[in-house]
Amino acid sequence: MNMSWALVIWLSVGAYAFKMLGFVVVGSRKLPDMLSRCLMLIPAALLAALVFNSSFTDGQSYAIDERAIGLGVSIIAAWRKLPLIVVVILGAATTALLRMA
Amino acid sequence: MKLRIEPEVRPVVTSALALSGAVGVFALAFGVLAVGAGASVWQACALSFFTFTGASQMSAMSVIASGGSVGGALGGALLLAGRNGVYGLALSPYFGESLGKRLLAAHFVIDETTAMMTAQTNPRLQKIAFWTTAIALFSLWNLGTLIGAVLGSSIDPHTYGLDVGFSAAYVAMLFPHLRTVNGRIAAAGGALLSVVLAPFVPIGLPILASGLAIFVGLRPQKEQPDA
Repeated sequence: MNMSWALVIWLSVGAYAFKMLGFVVVGSRKLPDMLSRCLMLIPAALLAALVFNSSFTDGQSYAIDERAIGLGVSIIAAWRKLPLIVVVILGAATTALLRMA
Repeated sequence: MKLRIEPEVRPVVTSALALSGAVGVFALAFGVLAVGAGASVWQACALSFFTFTGASQMSAMSVIASGGSVGGALGGALLLAGRNGVYGLALSPYFGESLGKRLLAAHFVIDETTAMMTAQTNPRLQKIAFWTTAIALFSLWNLGTLIGAVLGSSIDPHTYGLDVGFSAAYVAMLFPHLRTVNGRIAAAGGALLSVVLAPFVPIGLPILASGLAIFVGLRPQKEQPDA
């Protein structure tokens, strides 16, 4: 595992820098529409990437296994607008049950 | 002593508390998943206290969980944190000139506080909405992380499918972003890049590279002329 305090510190410093950048440094000036439109798309692109990358790859190779089915269940749950914690539990429980089988 | 809240303030406080409660439960999941990915209880808590932006914390921990490097984990997580800068731009005019207050408020500029503050029209209620959400959400986010991390320390993440727990949380967070055409294109592009690049670049980098999909925002907006 590569978890380290360095990650905690850099991520905290970086996250605060971004929050402050818009809030304190740039003040009430306005960003060009095109730029802020792109920035607001970051969550869509990155969250989708995290979902697909972690569900269909194992290290640097492709893998389709129990995770894909757990993901399918959580997609249906999220689409039915169930609360986040329920979506998480359903996805994890499905995968756990399949791994047990 | 009886706590009296004016009628116009009550709905603001109620929704801030409800939202914070829901986020607190999410923090529970973050705590469990973070220790499952190899963080100590204190590292999980420090992330929630000092980083305090959920999607970035989750993304960093899931890259670590899949064997990525610190650099790989930081890249995607910081890109996700970048949107708080845009929120800051939107909220900045609501705050006074005091630099100290701005520096403090900046820590709490996230999806939820921005949504709550911009939903109000009167300056006084805007301030109440921001600070009530900030304080309640920050408290419950940290409490939830601590409880989740302590609970998570005693279970094996693979057995309980916690790796998929990460993806499931992202799915739930992703859905609201799929309401616009650009959101859907960016999501599809990000997903595609992250999978296609996986065999060729180090773990974690495909996530960062998927950020290229945001440039779909450069195309002219026809469906939302007022966006």
